[in-house]
Amino acid sequence: MKYAALLSRMGKWSPFSKIHELIRELKVARVMTTPVVTISSDAAMADVKEQMRIHRISGMPVVDDGVLVGLISTADLILALEKGETGRPIRDYMTTQLILAQDQEPVLEALRRLETTGVGRLPVVDKQGKLVGILTRGDVVAGLLQALQQAYDEVEKAQGQPRRFFEALESDETSLLLRYYVKVGDFTHGGQASARLKQALLQIGASPQLARRVAIATYEAEINLIIHTTAGGQILAELRPDHITVVVQDTGPGIPDVNLARQPGYSTASQVAREMGFGAGMGLTNIERCADDMDIWSVVGVGTRLEMIFQVPEDKL
Amino acid sequence: MIVREAVQNLNLTILAGTGPLDQEVTGGYAADLLSCVMAGAAAGNLWITLQTHLNVVAVASLLGLAAVVVAEGAPVPPETVEKAREQGVVLLSSPLPVFETVAALVALGIHGRGT
Repeated sequence: MKYAALLSRMGKWSPFSKIHELIRELKVARVMTTPVVTISSDAAMADVKEQMRIHRISGMPVVDDGVLVGLISTADLILALEKGETGRPIRDYMTTQLILAQDQEPVLEALRRLETTGVGRLPVVDKQGKLVGILTRGDVVAGLLQALQQAYDEVEKAQGQPRRFFEALESDETSLLLRYYVKVGDFTHGGQASARLKQALLQIGASPQLARRVAIATYEAEINLIIHTTAGGQILAELRPDHITVVVQDTGPGIPDVNLARQPGYSTASQVAREMGFGAGMGLTNIERCADDMDIWSVVGVGTRLEMIFQVPEDKL
Repeated sequence: MIVREAVQNLNLTILAGTGPLDQEVTGGYAADLLSCVMAGAAAGNLWITLQTHLNVVAVASLLGLAAVVVAEGAPVPPETVEKAREQGVVLLSSPLPVFETVAALVALGIHGRGT
């Protein structure tokens, strides 16, 4: 399965890609009219008129001994009527320069051909060149509408059961890993990684409460990367059906005394950071409050790794 | 009480986010330290502050606040206004200092968590 198709099963944010994919992959064979009414080239133009009236159609392929030889339409019939030649055989009036559609080609390709050539219908042939149907703009519209309906139904189904994505894949345990990179000193984008993570959680169907808890804790860690690190860091969020793990790691400078850093009100933030409202010394306290479990490993000169675990309430992700 | 009523009663200036003014206000919170706001403000709250940096918008957005009220008519940088617009965060300006702004909101019936 294509990656995009896989993602689109996960939930809310990609109904358009799902619809797009369905429409793009819709084959002519699915929307064409079949079986098709045909006529022999030996028949008279008057017979064409009769067939069109009976079947309420405006054109038909001309077939001799199972071979497609031409196309006859109302325009040809009008010409014959004007000349009073409705007794003449079809072969004198039919179009032999045929513009065809393949039954296995995408509908959009065939539609483009209808538009660029201006013809009213395309006889549809299979790989062997055998006539299998006929395609008009009406067929295309009806087919696309049906595909849209199907896509909406599928998307709706996927949204109703977000957990199914995790359960559908063959593995002992499946998870989704989201990575966000945070630059040191980038106050302008402070909170962006957390906001994106929150959005992603909502997209896969997490409850707003859970998304908010994760976002607040991740925000504090993200700001720490911006304020304190030597070279920024990264946020890895691993989403499992029953819990979410967010790991925030950097490459230094490291925290000399982790226990001290965890005390409410303790801060080493610069004056610049404090002026922007940071440095309350509440970051790790907030994280502890929001996460169900958290741990920090830090070595001066090596870096810091913060791990936060959020339990997912039953059926909330 | 919806945001629009607070805007009208306190004569607040709308800097950004004219769209979501019909949101229900669930309460209020005042502080300038972002981590305190993160810990103390609830979704749907009005946040009264003197902070005007870009990160104010990120905090408001993450918490799902009803609006940020910048007190004392503190000048708000255009990039903050722009960001608020982008993210659909309602950004308001009050001519009154924090204390008076809060007092006026309380008089309207908007309360904090403890009251």
